[in-house]
Amino acid sequence: MSMDMTQFHGVFIEESQEHLDEMEHLLLALDPKSPDIEELNSIFRAAHSIKGGSGMFSFDALITVTHVMESIFDKARQGNFKLSAQLIDELLIAVDVLRKLLKSYAENSEIDWALVNSTTASLEAILDPNSQSKPQEVDDDFGFFEPLTSSEPQPLTHSLAKDQDIAEEDDTFGLFEPDVDTSDANCEVSTEGENVPVSDIDFGFFDDTDDSPADSNTPGSAALMNVSPSETVPPSSSSRPNFETEAHSETRTKQKTDSKPKPKAQTKSESKNKNEAAESSSIRVDIAKIDSLVNLVGELVITQSMLNLIGDEITGLANEKLHTALAELERNTRELQEGIMSIRMLPMSFVFNRFPRVVRDLSKRLDKKIELSIVGGQTEIDKGLIELLVDPLTHLVRNSLDHGIELPEIRLANGKPETGILTLKAEQKGGNIIISVLDDGAGLNRERILAKAYENNLDVPENPTDQQVWQLIMSPGFSTAEQITDVSGRGVGMDVVKRNIESMGGRLEIFSAKGAGSCFQIRLPLTLAILDGMSIAVGDQIFIVPLVNVIESVQPQSAQLKLIGNEQVLDLRDAYWPIVSLYQVMDLEPKSMQITDGILVLVETNNTRFALLVDELIGQQQAVIKSLEQHYRRVQGVAGATIMGDGSVALILDAESLALKINESLKQRIEYEK
Amino acid sequence: MRNEQTQEVDNQDTTTHEYLTFILGDEHYGLDIMNVCEIRGYEPVTKIANAPSFIKGVLNLRGDIVPIVDLRLKFDVGQATYNEFTIVIMLHINDRIVGIVVDAVSDVINMQTSDIKPPPEFGVAFDSQYLFGLAPVNEQMIILLNIEKLISSQELGLFDSTTLQSES
Repeated sequence: MSMDMTQFHGVFIEESQEHLDEMEHLLLALDPKSPDIEELNSIFRAAHSIKGGSGMFSFDALITVTHVMESIFDKARQGNFKLSAQLIDELLIAVDVLRKLLKSYAENSEIDWALVNSTTASLEAILDPNSQSKPQEVDDDFGFFEPLTSSEPQPLTHSLAKDQDIAEEDDTFGLFEPDVDTSDANCEVSTEGENVPVSDIDFGFFDDTDDSPADSNTPGSAALMNVSPSETVPPSSSSRPNFETEAHSETRTKQKTDSKPKPKAQTKSESKNKNEAAESSSIRVDIAKIDSLVNLVGELVITQSMLNLIGDEITGLANEKLHTALAELERNTRELQEGIMSIRMLPMSFVFNRFPRVVRDLSKRLDKKIELSIVGGQTEIDKGLIELLVDPLTHLVRNSLDHGIELPEIRLANGKPETGILTLKAEQKGGNIIISVLDDGAGLNRERILAKAYENNLDVPENPTDQQVWQLIMSPGFSTAEQITDVSGRGVGMDVVKRNIESMGGRLEIFSAKGAGSCFQIRLPLTLAILDGMSIAVGDQIFIVPLVNVIESVQPQSAQLKLIGNEQVLDLRDAYWPIVSLYQVMDLEPKSMQITDGILVLVETNNTRFALLVDELIGQQQAVIKSLEQHYRRVQGVAGATIMGDGSVALILDAESLALKINESLKQRIEYEK
Repeated sequence: MRNEQTQEVDNQDTTTHEYLTFILGDEHYGLDIMNVCEIRGYEPVTKIANAPSFIKGVLNLRGDIVPIVDLRLKFDVGQATYNEFTIVIMLHINDRIVGIVVDAVSDVINMQTSDIKPPPEFGVAFDSQYLFGLAPVNEQMIILLNIEKLISSQELGLFDSTTLQSES
């Protein structure tokens, strides 16, 4: 497929995913006995939007399933149809199937038609008992669809042969509009039928323009067209010479760029139109635009602090006036900064909303009674983090459901209420977001974890504290579940969860009390773009060490320095720390070559720890991370750069790659000495 | 290479381009003004470890971290002194911004493509592959640089070779 096609797919798929989420959410909230008409309407609209979009791209599998779903909702909202809990289950399964199909389309992989057919069949079976004539009608629709989709070459030949005019392209887009606006269900079949060939013309068109500059008459381009039935090949190749003569390369590229945004805008406006009633008004903005705003405001803050410095030099009445004005400016810039940062933020409910479904499905499978309570769904968090949070949280929730909360009988025997409670909580504390997964289940079993740890030859400290024991479950390959279920227990889990969270710059903490439950707490920085760092100086340059890596800083005494094989190490509380001199790594002139004159910052990375020799500590500060690679290249030992209050650039150190500077043999000797 | 350039010169006879001219040592150079973002005074930069000496470091250009190259050091011409008169030309090349330090910026000239003569093979600090042509202005010869090629060259090592490949 050509590039522009995938571009439209991206928009469609993203929006369809949102529609599916919405459908699932509404279905879960729906009361089968007295369904709310507004909610049914919203579900119907969501199904309809997906169907409409799929029609434009001839995603037949999606059309097939959504069509039946749409019919069900249509009947339900007209009151001709009784909903039941079982039916909602079926519909939820259908939503899952749609997700799968959407994924297959997104990845261009094979469509599982067997799944499509079985889902449609089971959905049609739901429709069936209520009226005999209905399924007939449904079948008719499909009969109607297929000939149209397969007859697409005909209109394609026509329009392409008739007019190669660029204006024609606009015409076809004009054709979209009436369809787009008709959200009326009754004229569905006919609009859909028209939609399919029309959209295909466009795409046939695109393929042509894309191919012809590269290779005009090779079979490669014909093969591309083979995706649609074979008749399409002759018209497309015959249209190519016309193209070459009529439109010169210049106009061709112009038209290419001209036409590209249009269909995109169409698909967008289409679903927007239909959604307007259901959603609050919002716009989709490219994250890069927001980032550039964040950048600009950062600059504004720096300029303002420069003004403050200059203002101090002015004396007299002007100084006072200037200061009032500057104070005003400061307040405004701060508000502006907060406002722009908040654009990047999304409420945690974006993640939490998927869990009612998970809990519902799992509790059924595990025969447990579980109630989900969500607290603080409004807490806002950076969009970049939201996406990364889904997997670890799903894992933690599954773990709590499977291992944490007991079976109803056991709960009753232990004097607990039959229904277990799983709480998802998000809150903001200082510069951190804390997300907790709490359950009132059995809690972690200290003895069993320890036994398992010894069995797996894990490194267990002597007389471990509870905290240390809980940390053990995050070691690779650890699982105490007596039997492996399909829910969890394969032991590939907590270590991955921990790694994922750490890669976001966060921490995972575990609290547990036997018999009372456990709590998994994820602590995250508010945003990805800002890093808590310690600023240090070497020579005349300032560096930032990420605070996550810093354990402590010491002023070394000469008694603490030992020589191991010609290399100096720090002997601190019976542990040896290899020393990495930053001035050597960064090729700078230090204030003093003597280690005892400097400061050692103890740094810990995933695999190793070392002491970083610097001239002095300056302080702790938040640093806005900027990329060095954007205009320059990767620099070893450096993770990025940031801009200091005075406008100068400071480099952010990458502890992982600094650790590579440690001599391998020294590391081994330190191990040995221990 | 040479063929391509002369062809280009022939084809676009009537078009005029604007060139920013600057001084490096004793020679006058010109570069396509469309590549220039801005011209500013030299400011202290943050040194980058293990970079060649002609890469002075990086500085903050309105929130972008931009590398600064001293062409005088790279091509061993002029005096590499830094004072309030030292000039940095910020260039915009392949979506990247790079600053170059030169001795002075002199003028903006309009040059018809037909007036541009092929570049000399020698006698210039730059390798001839980075040259675009010679332009006579007021009995003076201005050497026009193919600045995109120079900045993105392996020789300067400003960009990772991998990123270069993906961009080209």
